[in-house]
Amino acid sequence: MLATIQDRGRFGYQKYGVNVNGAMDEGSARVANLLVGNPEDAAVLELTLSGAALRFTEDHLIAICGANMSPMMDQASLPMWQPIIVKKGSILTFASYVSGCRVYVAMAGGIRVPLVLGSSSTNMRGQLGGFNGRSLHSGDMLEVGHVDEASRSARLWKRLQQSRGPAFNAKLFAMAPEEQVTIRFIPGPEYELLTADSKQKWLNGTWRIDAQSDRMGYRLHGEMLELEGSKEMISEGTVHGLIQLPANGQPIVLLSDRQTTGGYPRIAFVAAVDIPMFGQLKPGDAIRFVPVTIDEAEHLLLEYEQDMAMLKAAMMLKCSGA
Amino acid sequence: MKAEIMALGEKSIIITLGDDIDEQTHNRVVHLLAELEGHKLQGVIEYVPAYCTITIHYDPWHIWKWARSNNMQLSSPRVWLQKQLEAIIEPYIEGKNEESSDSRGRIVEIPVCYGGSYGPDLVDVARHNELTPEEVIAIHSSGTYLVHMLGFAPGFPYLGGMNKAIAMPRKAIPRASIEAGSVGIAGAQTGIYPISTPGGWRIIGRTPLKLFHPEFEIPTLIETGDRIKFIPITHEQFASIGELHWT
Repeated sequence: MLATIQDRGRFGYQKYGVNVNGAMDEGSARVANLLVGNPEDAAVLELTLSGAALRFTEDHLIAICGANMSPMMDQASLPMWQPIIVKKGSILTFASYVSGCRVYVAMAGGIRVPLVLGSSSTNMRGQLGGFNGRSLHSGDMLEVGHVDEASRSARLWKRLQQSRGPAFNAKLFAMAPEEQVTIRFIPGPEYELLTADSKQKWLNGTWRIDAQSDRMGYRLHGEMLELEGSKEMISEGTVHGLIQLPANGQPIVLLSDRQTTGGYPRIAFVAAVDIPMFGQLKPGDAIRFVPVTIDEAEHLLLEYEQDMAMLKAAMMLKCSGA
Repeated sequence: MKAEIMALGEKSIIITLGDDIDEQTHNRVVHLLAELEGHKLQGVIEYVPAYCTITIHYDPWHIWKWARSNNMQLSSPRVWLQKQLEAIIEPYIEGKNEESSDSRGRIVEIPVCYGGSYGPDLVDVARHNELTPEEVIAIHSSGTYLVHMLGFAPGFPYLGGMNKAIAMPRKAIPRASIEAGSVGIAGAQTGIYPISTPGGWRIIGRTPLKLFHPEFEIPTLIETGDRIKFIPITHEQFASIGELHWT
């Protein structure tokens, strides 16, 4: 089990070698925040696989998004993808694994940790940001930001207390990996250097997430890929979702904790809208790749952001106190 | 001289200014970086310079919203940004900026206590190159090293200019942890570990200076474009500088 504090990432310092970090399934983290009236980039809790137990020392407005780990509170199962009020003294647990890999808990007011270089995200390797620069251990006490009377969160909270009917939800944003996940990719600068045979293997093969995968990158296990000739690479800035091909022929997908620079052949980029899916994939899961053009990928991203903007606008209405 | 623009996915663009690791290419990178940072282009999140390239990370949605609120017709944020960048780098394609042998010219002196417990591999590096440890220290501390880029770990400088007479391949089995401030050699490269991390470099000494300060807006002591000189110091000096620096 790995539990860390994350936001959307630490930007602006890659030129100093400082990793971006941030939520692996950024979409779920953003939605969880919006559901409790927070800014999208507030700090949330990221729990990997078998969840943790959280005891609340105050009443809180929270939302649970991402992987389905059967969230429970005091013997009752809790709904996901919607704002819920939890009572002082209650304990949130995760009963059993259903799907996904990472679950996000947002709390109205945001989790309060000191900002380091403008972000709350935990950089475990650099031991900075988040909760004392490390993952959470049992016994740690988290501080939650104050919810101001006039804030969106406070109005939403009041509204939820008054109405007993079923609350709204944002299940539309749920990304549960199915039997076999299809990931869209944009061919990278060295894609054309793949041998014809390797290109077929890449496109038609099933790729499994290797056990040696973590927040830095996911190693893909499948048939070995080869490039025509050898290409001498000079280190350059890396990109979120870049798929590199090291000499062993097994691709690596660079994710949230990636190094800022690298020098392996760049065979592909995961379409930005599909990067959050990697946050929900776990070792052993199977994926296939289908190509999209860069224009298609950009279009998909703008559509996704439009959906997110609609959720934001809808939450503004819910919080308007009317 | 080249200056190429290429998309790296739909959220990043890379500008390539050369094909080799050399000072001329580096100067072009540093020069263009300063120019780009002055332009405040819509949607740009950050610029990441490297040996021959500048990677630009941007937010297509930001550009899209900005264009919409300014009643601009935009078919693609990427195409728009690429066009802006093309206009800025044009002089670099023409080669008009070749003369600026600039760099900020900053020289950063790094005190290093060589050998002993701070540099456990100094003797091996000497033996490997048929030199005495004193000769390795003399060679290592006589050079001036250009900081081509920072990467790998927070504040880690990629330095150019090491004398090959003291080169040695990495250790076959990396150490589980290398202390922050360790100065090492890997092949024909030398570098400093700003934070404690696993690594396979041959460690020949350690600096008492703190190279990474996450509490400052510029969090690294060394920046891309700086030149570094290593100044040999004694154990006693290491202790006194360390106290000055860490309190």
